[in-house]
Amino acid sequence: MRGRRIGLIAAAILAVVLTVVGFTIVTGSKSTGGGPRGSGVATVGGPFTLTGVDGQAVTEKDLLGKPSAIFFGFTYCPEVCPTTLSELSALADQLGSDADKLNLVFISVDAERDGPEEMKQYLTAFDSRIIGLTGTPEQIDAAAKAFKIYYTKVPLDDGDYTMDHTASVILMDAYGKFFGTMAYEEAMSVMLAKLKRLIGEG
Amino acid sequence: MFSSARAAITAALLALFIPALSLEANAAEIEITQPWTRATPPAAKVGGGYLTLTNKGTVIDTLLGASSEIADRVEVHKMEMVDGIMKMRPVPEGLEIPAGQTAELAPGGYHLMLMGLKRPITQGERISVTLKFEKSNPVDVELVAGPLGSSTPNSGENPNGGSSSMSHGESN
Ligand SMILES: [Cu+2]
Repeated sequence: MRGRRIGLIAAAILAVVLTVVGFTIVTGSKSTGGGPRGSGVATVGGPFTLTGVDGQAVTEKDLLGKPSAIFFGFTYCPEVCPTTLSELSALADQLGSDADKLNLVFISVDAERDGPEEMKQYLTAFDSRIIGLTGTPEQIDAAAKAFKIYYTKVPLDDGDYTMDHTASVILMDAYGKFFGTMAYEEAMSVMLAKLKRLIGEG
Repeated sequence: MFSSARAAITAALLALFIPALSLEANAAEIEITQPWTRATPPAAKVGGGYLTLTNKGTVIDTLLGASSEIADRVEVHKMEMVDGIMKMRPVPEGLEIPAGQTAELAPGGYHLMLMGLKRPITQGERISVTLKFEKSNPVDVELVAGPLGSSTPNSGENPNGGSSSMSHGESN
């Protein structure tokens, strides 16, 4: 009994060690890919290939030249996603023509249910400048990893599933460099100030 | 001798009363205030329902779920923000409303999850929902649909930015 327990503990420790080592390897290989070497800070942003609402391929290069506000979510999301998208729409409204100097991007983390057509339909309810992107599970995973977005599929008892996901909006400058974030439930005035600063500096 | 006979009679009387008492106790009285929902984007398959439940009865009751013609099913869910990550889970055991207390279904926490929407919800419409309780009889409510993305019932344009009008108090 006791021996078995010790065995379990040892297995648990081994699992933790392996996980840490695994992470180190992933982070290590990433930092050699792009950005300043040896900075130790994980960079936000990177290459991705996704599909727009009309089926066209969209990569990180298509976002360059303008700063971007990027939000990851899914259409089966009852609250956080429609709220954030309507806030982004309201902000675009307040920015007026300045919003044209910005890419507003909504990326699905739910490849299975959110095809380009679903994204297109869904986004008709929001500001028409919001760019909807989706892709294969692998493409979405690569994009989420690039932007340091956490998401996971959570199976439900009835065979259905939901998604946990980072609810922050990622701000990138016109050169594809990380600028900051906007947290969920942040005041609209604060978000507006951040977007104005992003447009001004980006 | 006498006292034991009296005890027996008392017990017999009590036995007669208890069923009546428990019947009475089963009638947990749930009062529902401000049931609301929000408009959904086209193609959206889910919606959230919010309301406040007050148990005016004498025993605890539990909101188990609901049903509505607009959705395949309506469940009690809970949303949580953990380190900036949105998590949502079904609460199959339901939401308890202790006697004399109030339980709230509001954005950011417990909500009715309307799943498998048969059509989008439009602003201003009323969605009929039948709430199911463990003890109380089912209760019909109408969720009033606010604007898309609203975070409070009957809120205006800005979900977060609206200035809540402060009372001037006794400044005069
Ligand atoms: Cu839910």
